[in-house]
Amino acid sequence: MKLQVPGKTSNESFVRATVGAFASQLDLSLEEMADIKTAVSEAVTNAIIHGYECQKGVVTVECKIIGEELEIKVIDQGIGIEDVELAMKPLYTSKPEEERSGMGFTVMQTFMDRLVVESALGEGTKITMTKRVANG
Amino acid sequence: MNTRIEYAGNTLVAKLEGELDQHVATELRTRLDDEISKHNIINLIFDFKGVTFMDSSGIGVIVGRYKKIQARGGTTMVIRVQPQVDRVLEISGIKKILMCSREGENRGELYEVASTGENI
Repeated sequence: MKLQVPGKTSNESFVRATVGAFASQLDLSLEEMADIKTAVSEAVTNAIIHGYECQKGVVTVECKIIGEELEIKVIDQGIGIEDVELAMKPLYTSKPEEERSGMGFTVMQTFMDRLVVESALGEGTKITMTKRVANG
Repeated sequence: MNTRIEYAGNTLVAKLEGELDQHVATELRTRLDDEISKHNIINLIFDFKGVTFMDSSGIGVIVGRYKKIQARGGTTMVIRVQPQVDRVLEISGIKKILMCSREGENRGELYEVASTGENI
């Protein structure tokens, strides 16, 4: 499943719901479903707020079921992350003035089983997250 | 997201309904800050009963208001949270700095303060 939406925060709930609908093919618990939606929300928010800095851009979300795993990619062609390790530190935020809590990557890491962040300055960021499904 | 604001003396109760993400966070923050200064609010209660989803944008809103209320010498509480919201609150560490209760959890001391004449 591939979904492309303009990078506007008003599209976040639509993306969450769509990924949720795709994921419902798997036999997920309520908690697993909530975890997936929360992680997707964080990744899409990051793409919009940080990747595109609220300017125009397209956010791509790809979902795939591989065996007993759900793989989700969230891709932007925004400014990229200079220091991925720093960005992933709990409570670190590049935008404290906007009350960002700095918990986005921590939420993704906690709620998903694997998180890979690939980013290049000026080219964009690709987040790949996978969730193993207990009853898959 | 719908926000219903109620007052009990200098305590503000924000009854939230819907999904709390980045899209609604900015507006909610502005609205609460306006109410806090306009009505000289000391204590703030976030009533999350109607919140079906929250991501870390909500943490930003809660922590920001917590700091504001703390500077006024007041208390901030988050009550009646649903399981999904509870998990986000849990990993954020926010439960260590302010009082939180889950939906259905009996924490009399919270309800007493939170009571605004309506049965909750």
